[in-house]
Amino acid sequence: MISMNETATRLLLVAVVVLPLLGAVAALLPAPPGLRGRHGPDRDVLRHGVTVTGLVFVATLVLAAAFDHDDPGTIQAETDRSWIPALGIRLHLGVDGISLPLLVLTALLTFLCALHSYFRPPDGPRPAAFVALLLLLEAGTLATFAVLDLMLFFLAFETVLVPMYFLIARWGGAGRTAAAWKFVLYTVLGSVVMLLGLLLIGVRAGTFDMVALAEAHGDGLTHTTQLLAVLALGIGFAVKTPMWPLHSWLPDAHTAAPTTGSVLLAGVLLKMGTYGLVRIALPIAPEGMATFAPYLGAFAVAGIVYGSLACLALVRPSPDHPSRKGSALPRSRGAGGDLKRLVAYSSIGHMGFVLLGVATLTPTGVNGALFANVAHGLITGLLFFLVGALKERTGTTDLDRLAGENGAALYGRSPRFGGLLAFTAVASLGLPGLAGFWGELLAMVGAFDPAAGLSRPAFLTYLAVAAFGTLLTAAYMLLVVRRVCMGERPSGADTPPDLPDLRGYEYAAFVPLAALTVLAGLWPAVLLDLTDPAVQSLLPGVVP
Amino acid sequence: MNLVQTVDWAVIAPPVIAAVAAVALLVADLFLPAARKALLGWGAAAALAVALLALLPLRDGDRATFCLPGDPDLCSYAADRFAVTVQLLVLGGAFLAALLSIPETEDGAVPGGEFWFLLLSSAAGAALLPAARDLATLIIALEVTTLPAYALVALRRGGSAGPEAALKFFLSSVTATAVGLLGVSFVYAGAGSLYLEGIAAGLPTADPRLATLVDAGVALTLVAFAFKAAAVPFHFWVPETYVGAPLPVAAYLSVVGKMAGVAGLVLVTTLAFPGYGDLWGPVAGVLAGLTMTAGNVAALRTDPEAPHSAVRLLAWSSIGQAGYLLVPIAASAYATDTIGTAVAYALMYGVVNLGAFAVAAHVARQRSAHRIADYRGLYARQPAAALALAFFLLCLAGLPPGIIGLFAKVAVFETAVDADLGVLAVVMAVNVAVALYYYLRWTAYLFRGPAATEAGPGETAGSGRPAAPLTGAIVLAALVGVVLSGAPQIILTFASGAML
Repeated sequence: MISMNETATRLLLVAVVVLPLLGAVAALLPAPPGLRGRHGPDRDVLRHGVTVTGLVFVATLVLAAAFDHDDPGTIQAETDRSWIPALGIRLHLGVDGISLPLLVLTALLTFLCALHSYFRPPDGPRPAAFVALLLLLEAGTLATFAVLDLMLFFLAFETVLVPMYFLIARWGGAGRTAAAWKFVLYTVLGSVVMLLGLLLIGVRAGTFDMVALAEAHGDGLTHTTQLLAVLALGIGFAVKTPMWPLHSWLPDAHTAAPTTGSVLLAGVLLKMGTYGLVRIALPIAPEGMATFAPYLGAFAVAGIVYGSLACLALVRPSPDHPSRKGSALPRSRGAGGDLKRLVAYSSIGHMGFVLLGVATLTPTGVNGALFANVAHGLITGLLFFLVGALKERTGTTDLDRLAGENGAALYGRSPRFGGLLAFTAVASLGLPGLAGFWGELLAMVGAFDPAAGLSRPAFLTYLAVAAFGTLLTAAYMLLVVRRVCMGERPSGADTPPDLPDLRGYEYAAFVPLAALTVLAGLWPAVLLDLTDPAVQSLLPGVVP
Repeated sequence: MNLVQTVDWAVIAPPVIAAVAAVALLVADLFLPAARKALLGWGAAAALAVALLALLPLRDGDRATFCLPGDPDLCSYAADRFAVTVQLLVLGGAFLAALLSIPETEDGAVPGGEFWFLLLSSAAGAALLPAARDLATLIIALEVTTLPAYALVALRRGGSAGPEAALKFFLSSVTATAVGLLGVSFVYAGAGSLYLEGIAAGLPTADPRLATLVDAGVALTLVAFAFKAAAVPFHFWVPETYVGAPLPVAAYLSVVGKMAGVAGLVLVTTLAFPGYGDLWGPVAGVLAGLTMTAGNVAALRTDPEAPHSAVRLLAWSSIGQAGYLLVPIAASAYATDTIGTAVAYALMYGVVNLGAFAVAAHVARQRSAHRIADYRGLYARQPAAALALAFFLLCLAGLPPGIIGLFAKVAVFETAVDADLGVLAVVMAVNVAVALYYYLRWTAYLFRGPAATEAGPGETAGSGRPAAPLTGAIVLAALVGVVLSGAPQIILTFASGAML
């Protein structure tokens, strides 16, 4: 779209990674006199966060515009410098069609989070530390998607742990301490095991360079090495993604995290696991992946069904709920759960589709996985924003309390807000024409015809189970809409007050995500044209 | 036959400067008026700084002295790369520990002259040890390192825990020395030489009837050094000793004392017993796994509210860290060039652990209970000290932003993977996750809001500013840590080349 020379794009990519780091340090320092606003240092530092994340977002947009869209399969804006020759670690950065969408998504979500926090500062201690941690988190996530060296990848992967821990533990809601510990210990255990896999690859192949390793497609790595490496890497990525049954940190972390923490956790951090799977495990150890793909697929569809069933249990009223009285329905064991927790469980289901797409080892499936990745970031990010806003308005996210006897009636009490919530829920269930649809469809198409060497009957079974999972997803999402958005407004003395409708800053934070959801749904080629050539070069010899 | 060995004074300067300064300070203590005793501490720090400078001409690592006149390759003292690097670590560690001790001696908590004499003597021994190339020098150096340490532990005036801890330390340590000497004599019987290279050459051709004796000798010698390195099951003296000792002495023992033991272990395993890799390799691997697990589990169980929990946690974590240090030694039985990784890890550990102790010493001057709970809200009171401590703890845990800690751990993992020690690597992976819990828990305390309740026991309304030497130590350690985080190559370069 715009042409820039190679040096400029290179510097731009480096700036994208380094700017948030510098911003994080600057956030801890007192503001210089020229930048002091009228509303005290807390507002200043929050504005600083908006400025830095905004700059980073603009930089990623320029990078995307300067990206050579005719050749998304090759690494562009590449920087390759020696850093620690003793361990063979190089400062190797670059983007291609797989990492570019994730970079832009990360920068966008972080910017929207900073914007949202500016108008709605998080409840908790000083915002200076909040902004510093947010920026450190952004640096880590952007670096994860931009680096091309295994050890640097590990460094970036680990960088997000400490800031996320503190975001949950300091600014979170009830049960935050335990949830933060669960998050950090689970992930660190996974990532240390992942480190063993990375080292095994590096030591046996003699290089940590991801490009060289991907081009070798497993040459020079014995079958055993590949198996061990994929096993170790798989555990690390599966914890992060999370894959059932290693998911149990996720609902707690999401429920306890502040709104921005949840948005980033779902929108960005979970992507790091699947990105690693596609970027590292798939091309570097293809034999290992081929061996483990059927198991990965089985765990993936188990996650889809498990996540959906958990959501169904959460969305149904608890047995002693007033709406049950006189109901002809049998008394079910609904959990009467928390809406935030429900969205967290729905993430497990959605990430199941991503994993299923990867497990097919076909370009269709992997493209679908990458598409679903981005779609999930947009939609679930928006859902967490909305649930956070709902909590601000009503003071609760507990579905039973929210819904009362016959629904929370958001349509009536706060029409635009209710409408947006319904839109997002429908997008999340994968309605054609919205972003959630294509990823899941492509993943299932991939499962219909998996790569040569994979058992087709097994994958057809997975396909059937996954399709059943989409039905369950539709069921619980529609139930959410019914219980939260619909309902009759009771008249008389117990009329609930009108809720404030969407505010200006909420439009600013939510509309971009909604618009992109529609755009990606109506024009999937904008993403697929980027990812497909890159996926083709990651998966050689597989007939599409 | 010419029995006179030539002595290259420049080569042995680092330990000699420390030893001479020790005696000089002891004598000077007799003549200095009480008001000027404070000068002794600065004198000791200066002497250690000079000893560090004396390492500069040796940095190429190709000099040796005390060589046999008939056989110039057999030397008792070699200033090779390993020796010079470890000397840098122990003398630098002693320098930082001296900075930590200056406020302590100024308060009169410990008697000045004796304290500095003992500290410098021990540092001289620790500097001699990595350069020693025969078993007699090695054992003497080890004893010179540890004997003053017993006294240092007991030195605090008016404390009751100190003497008891010192006695425990002394008795168990002497037992280890006796065992070690017995082992050395067995080895000498088999090899007919005390030179490490002579032993390596002599053992394979030893009289087959002495094979059992030699095996026992090898094992007993290793036990002595494993004790000094505080490897499990020879670790039980550590927590009591650290808690009983003055804080700077604990800091000194955790870095210099430990490194002396590890260096000795490296020398005997790789130089004297290279042919016995199948004997000590698995043992070192098991010791490494046990040591890190025992240290980390005990550190995990440390109650943050209990008195002395901060020191106790640092003590247990130092045992855990010693376990990581043993991994490259275990790997050296199966792969080449792994010792440099241990040295690189030890350098990282030395810097950040002394930094953590420096902040602890600073906090202890305001709240003497040494509880981790006392660190609650430190960030609100003293942001710089809190950020420094957070950085040191995250380095020890091996998490960004402590990048140097992360890569030092990566290098250790790499040796294990390279040597096909998969089980040990997995054990270490679990341990790293466990260790993260207690390091991060402490870090989280720093940033919590100050406790709403009344001040903890032992709080004095001291000024917030650390004493100048403590500030210097904290800044120095933090600076080195940050520079190394940006350019880990500076110390990881040892990990790629042959050290010995």
